[in-house]
Amino acid sequence: MAISKITQLQNYSITKSKMALALLLSLLLITTASVYLFAAHPWWLPAGVSLHAAAIDHQFLAALWLLGALFIAAQFVLGLLILRSRFNRVAGVSRGSWPLEITWTVLITGLFFWFNISGDRLWSQIQMRQPEDNSVQVEVTGVQFQWYFRYPGNDGTLGHTNAQRFAKPEEGNPLGVDPNDPAGKDDIVSASLVVPVGHDIDLTLRANDVIHGLFIPAMRLKQDAVPGMSIHTHFRPLQIGTYEIACSQLCGMGHYRMRATARVVSEEEFKQWLKSQSKVY
Amino acid sequence: MSASTSIATLPSPPSFLRRYLFTTDHKTVGKQYFFLSLAAVLVGTVLSLLMRIHIVWPKAAIPFFGQIKPENYLALLTMHGTLMVFFVLSTVPQNGFGSYFLPLQLGAKEMAFPWVSMAGFWITMLSFLILIAAFFVPGGASLAGWTQYPPLSAIAASGPGQGRGTDLWLLSIGLFCLASVFSATNFIVTTLKHRTRGMKLMRMPLTCWTWFVAAILILLAFSVLLVATIMLLLDRNAGTSFFVPSGLLVGGAAVDHQGGSPLLWQHLFWFFGHPEVYIAILPGMGITSHLLSVFSRKPVFGYKAMVGATIAIGFLGFLVWGHHMFVSGMNPYAGFAFSTLTTAIAVPSAVKTFNWLGTIWHGRIRFTVPLLFSVGFVSLFITGGLTGPILAQPALDIYLHDTYFVVAHFHLIMAMAGLFAIFAATYFWFPKMFGRMMNQRLGVLHFWISFLGAYAIFMPMHLLGIAGHPRRYSELTGVQYVAVLAPLQTFVTVAAIITIASQFLFLANFFWSMFKGAPAGENPWQCTTLEWRLPSPTPRRGFGDEAPVVSHGPYEYSVPGAESDFLMQDAAPTP
Repeated sequence: MAISKITQLQNYSITKSKMALALLLSLLLITTASVYLFAAHPWWLPAGVSLHAAAIDHQFLAALWLLGALFIAAQFVLGLLILRSRFNRVAGVSRGSWPLEITWTVLITGLFFWFNISGDRLWSQIQMRQPEDNSVQVEVTGVQFQWYFRYPGNDGTLGHTNAQRFAKPEEGNPLGVDPNDPAGKDDIVSASLVVPVGHDIDLTLRANDVIHGLFIPAMRLKQDAVPGMSIHTHFRPLQIGTYEIACSQLCGMGHYRMRATARVVSEEEFKQWLKSQSKVY
Repeated sequence: MSASTSIATLPSPPSFLRRYLFTTDHKTVGKQYFFLSLAAVLVGTVLSLLMRIHIVWPKAAIPFFGQIKPENYLALLTMHGTLMVFFVLSTVPQNGFGSYFLPLQLGAKEMAFPWVSMAGFWITMLSFLILIAAFFVPGGASLAGWTQYPPLSAIAASGPGQGRGTDLWLLSIGLFCLASVFSATNFIVTTLKHRTRGMKLMRMPLTCWTWFVAAILILLAFSVLLVATIMLLLDRNAGTSFFVPSGLLVGGAAVDHQGGSPLLWQHLFWFFGHPEVYIAILPGMGITSHLLSVFSRKPVFGYKAMVGATIAIGFLGFLVWGHHMFVSGMNPYAGFAFSTLTTAIAVPSAVKTFNWLGTIWHGRIRFTVPLLFSVGFVSLFITGGLTGPILAQPALDIYLHDTYFVVAHFHLIMAMAGLFAIFAATYFWFPKMFGRMMNQRLGVLHFWISFLGAYAIFMPMHLLGIAGHPRRYSELTGVQYVAVLAPLQTFVTVAAIITIASQFLFLANFFWSMFKGAPAGENPWQCTTLEWRLPSPTPRRGFGDEAPVVSHGPYEYSVPGAESDFLMQDAAPTP
């Protein structure tokens, strides 16, 4: 019995070194591969073309640097402690250390809260802002599985809608604009979001059936459209071009193909476009 | 035996039905939960495999299943999430291992309410069967995700699976909530009232602490989900409108509801949903602390701080639910509050991580399979946890919400870390439960493939999210910028296939060892806690009427001057 136990222990300490080394190497491999993946980023953020995109991207990169550093440090320490343990013939007896607990708690609290508060400022800049006076008003409505964009026309007012009573998609009135409301007579309903560059675009999000999510990656914009609510969000596009819109909130079978296009054009082109669109009624 | 005791007066042994099926014995109930979870994880894993294959090879024909149609994908996704979150992560760490080992580690004879143990299991089993039944009703299983946001989940016409399938989902989860609340009551009372003599609260193993705090979370969180599921069932079947506003048009037909708020569901669901993820991970943290100590032959570093961190995580976990709702239409001012509180919860999580590292430091490590999986847990917890502070910032969440970045985050920290803790606990407690050791070589191989596989699957997934790939897309062909991400999706799928295939090593090892493994003996790991006093497998009577008397803490390893490097909790008190 005693002999086999010694052999067991011997076998054990032979594999012990190999295992400790393997763990350290695998942690190094994982860390290196991950850092390389994020650094080389074969797939990455699309170019940000809205006013807030730069600040959001900067905050995100700062996050990756900070948390990336913690990631590398933590995995490395884990591997190192395990590797060093193979030298220990007797285990240490430390049960803890209050000075150490307090120190690392204070440090991590400071670090995380400092970082979070810098993000708060950004959130405040984006959300707590009234739209400019000359902002372009667009109402965005999500239905299964299509986005509609409604512009108020020359009177600057959107007509009332009642989808249950008036919606006739096959007759060009998918949103159910009330035919008796004069304000709705010059409304323009489009399947694309066409906006002039450099202007604030004030979106009012609505949904007629289930929750949808308006996601314009290039604008760093995402907002759920909730039935029964009118939710405001805004952005200012800075670059002319065509950008994809996706649905980001699971809305049923067609969720994956509920796409639209945001076309950012010059001011003149935008005016031309408005003139050329057929009205609802 | 005295002359007056005859065969006729001895109680007859319980029937098979009473011993193995309808039993109040906490150990058998624990095993029942374990095997129920095993069935659930097998089904849930097959579903995820089908999902991964469908995304990258939509035309592939699977044996027995045929081609996976687009409408099936969302049902697979919903059921995968539901099975894994509820029937695996909320079942086996708490009700599986907890039912078996909480009384034993406390030196108790039984749970406080043995009948509740039995009732809890059978209601959970019923809940599982009802959930699976959803696949087979007209329309199939629900396609609204495990989060079931109304109006999608409230209006039967909004998609296939939103009829009967959703009603069954709600019924199943409602029953699961009931069972959970029963079981949690049992755990709380047992911990507070049935500890053996000398087992002060601060002498409890950390596993007991995490089961206790998780039970409190279960009691408070699952009761809210129960209410929410009842409200949604009423909206669907009794004409109420808790969650559905007026004016909706679904499939060309007017929806006859008014006055409800879809956001109300989200608040109720996530008020449950966030504590739920702590319910899923706390026992895993407890077992990790426990095993790192056992296999470093060192006391847990900072036991009191660990207890404090556990309680802090439990408490703060109730205050952060809004971080799932930053872009939901919720008041943006609430975003500040939830963001700050979410950052707060990172602190005790970090404290725990530092203490795990402190436990390993200067340890004399025994490289057993449970130790390997515990180290894997720490690594995965760090990785998954560190993307939390990113998502906690609403300004960044604007972009990352509902993308694969979130999917990568929660799979790393909940699915992978949580799963590794379950594996660690299984390899560790298998000897006590079945009287035999699992095969070490197979276990080591299982660890390596799973560890590297977990990273191979979920690290690249972050890039999918950063590129803007939304979640829950059943095809890649709908949106152009998503279609170009197909190679990355393919890599993830291949990594998943290999990792999932390697789990057969575990299954084979598990079932073979149950019958043919090396006999374990009473305390093969040389562990200090009370369950290792009993024979392996644990006899039904447990401690019986000979309650142990505890004089020592749970982590007396390498005590200077002691004759061996561990001291059982009920060893004679040192003068």
